[in-house]
Amino acid sequence: MAEEKVKLPETEEGTTVYNLDPIIIKYHYEMNYIHSYAQDSPFFAGLSKGKLMGSKCTACGYKYATPRSHCMECGAKTEWMELPLEGKVHTFTTCYFGSEEFLDQTPFTLILVEFEGVNTLFLSRVIGIEHGKVHIGMPVKAEFLRLSKFKPTDVYFVPA
Amino acid sequence: MRPVYMVSGGVTKFRKASPDKDFRLMVKEAFDYAMRDVPNLTLEMIDGTVASYFSDHFTRQLMAGIMVQDYLGLCPKPGKRVEGGGATGGLCFQAAWEAISSGRMDVCVAYGFETMSRVNTWKGNEFIALASDTNFDYPVGGFYSGYYAMMVQRHMYEFGTTVEQMAMVSIKNHGNAIHNPYAQSPMKLTVEDVRSSPMVATPLTLLDICTMSDGAAVAVLASEEMAAKLTDRPVKIVGVGTGTDAMRMSDRPHGKVPLLPHESPDDYRNLKYPGIHSFRGGRMASKLAYEMAGITNPLEELDFVELHDAYTSSEIQTYEDMGLCKYGEGGRFVEEGHASLEGKVPVNPSGGLLACGHPVGATGLMQAVFAFWQLQGTIQKHLGNDRLQVKNARRGAIHSHAGTGTYIAVSILERGS
Repeated sequence: MAEEKVKLPETEEGTTVYNLDPIIIKYHYEMNYIHSYAQDSPFFAGLSKGKLMGSKCTACGYKYATPRSHCMECGAKTEWMELPLEGKVHTFTTCYFGSEEFLDQTPFTLILVEFEGVNTLFLSRVIGIEHGKVHIGMPVKAEFLRLSKFKPTDVYFVPA
Repeated sequence: MRPVYMVSGGVTKFRKASPDKDFRLMVKEAFDYAMRDVPNLTLEMIDGTVASYFSDHFTRQLMAGIMVQDYLGLCPKPGKRVEGGGATGGLCFQAAWEAISSGRMDVCVAYGFETMSRVNTWKGNEFIALASDTNFDYPVGGFYSGYYAMMVQRHMYEFGTTVEQMAMVSIKNHGNAIHNPYAQSPMKLTVEDVRSSPMVATPLTLLDICTMSDGAAVAVLASEEMAAKLTDRPVKIVGVGTGTDAMRMSDRPHGKVPLLPHESPDDYRNLKYPGIHSFRGGRMASKLAYEMAGITNPLEELDFVELHDAYTSSEIQTYEDMGLCKYGEGGRFVEEGHASLEGKVPVNPSGGLLACGHPVGATGLMQAVFAFWQLQGTIQKHLGNDRLQVKNARRGAIHSHAGTGTYIAVSILERGS
């Protein structure tokens, strides 16, 4: 009785090859993360309500514009506090290139915002002004997306 | 602590892409070069290793370090990986120093690599930007050149630093690299060339920024006894220092400058430090390294510096952190030629990251290798010409820096007796 030949079933999918010496092929790689904002979650909830939530140290009183649940200065727990919705540009840059994820949004202008009486800064984008006209010390106010995406870009700034 | 010496080193030519060699073969090439330079050293004499590479994303290979270890024929000897962003190489060098200094090993090999050409530049920017807070920073437009651009905008505002002064760093480092056959981007440039190249993130143009690269570097460290057996030109590591700062630039404090011995509080009465204009971790790393090496005035006591110039701006900021000049004087320091080959303290005679390239895990070790050759007086032998040889170089510093100043490692090397 002839032995039945065992063969691996094959598909017609091919490989994208860029070069033969050395052989260089395309290898696709992607993934979804199950990203938890964990203790930072109230900040993102705040954005959906039109609020900027910072942190205040319960021991030394240090105030953070970008929240953290324990104080970097003394290690004590912080409590949530509402930030003012107006501040000033501490620094800025207009990006004409970027990471792949943001490339189609270029040029965009990043700013670090300083708030009166708050010790640290907040990273955001500014719109509604020509890129070349943004300057240090410029007053800005926060605007919020109507349809929250629960991302830090739910808030952005415009000239005040 | 036992005295620690560097006895050999090797680097591959840094290139935009080296598809003909994977990371293992690149390290092997640098390793074999280092082994050939000290013919008395055998594989058996090596006690262990430290591996330096930044991003698993770039290699798409977890535990790449062990693949280098087996490729070099060093299994089952001790080995481990260290990682700290752009400072990975400098931290790796210091981890090898620790292994010798503690007495755990007599010969330790520090090897580093990065193969960044495996993705396109935009994806690479994304991988690098993932080294920023993924809750608050990355999603806003994560882009490292943007972060450094914001830092230098503030440096310009505080101190009057100009884009022309930044361009002079680019001109100097690309120009030095013309004499360095290992460098990726040797170029003769003018201020006009730098300013008219494509704007990346205001005020930084393409020629203010280092490139992504493929490359590897190896440094061999040894105890005093082993160094004496291996080479008649050992280089002693007389100081190591490391500093850190908060991942988020927005969290950086506005306090007081930690002073170096040659500075006084009056120098900085109105300066809020580090803010985002300076790298506090760089000051800390320098201060610790100088203290160990007994350096009280770095400008007078260092013969050259290889520092982490991922951006022209960060070279200027780093002159100040390292105390080569006072805070605020960095722009004038380069403009007045103090950092040039024939200046008071040549900075990045090799061409630095701007011109050599920046295969992240290899970079800090590349600096160690070039500094080692400078102090041995063997630049002619290894580079094929002596144009970059700093005359009578007795003591030099290497400075390795991670994203916006988060990790910084400074080491001081001295010509052995």
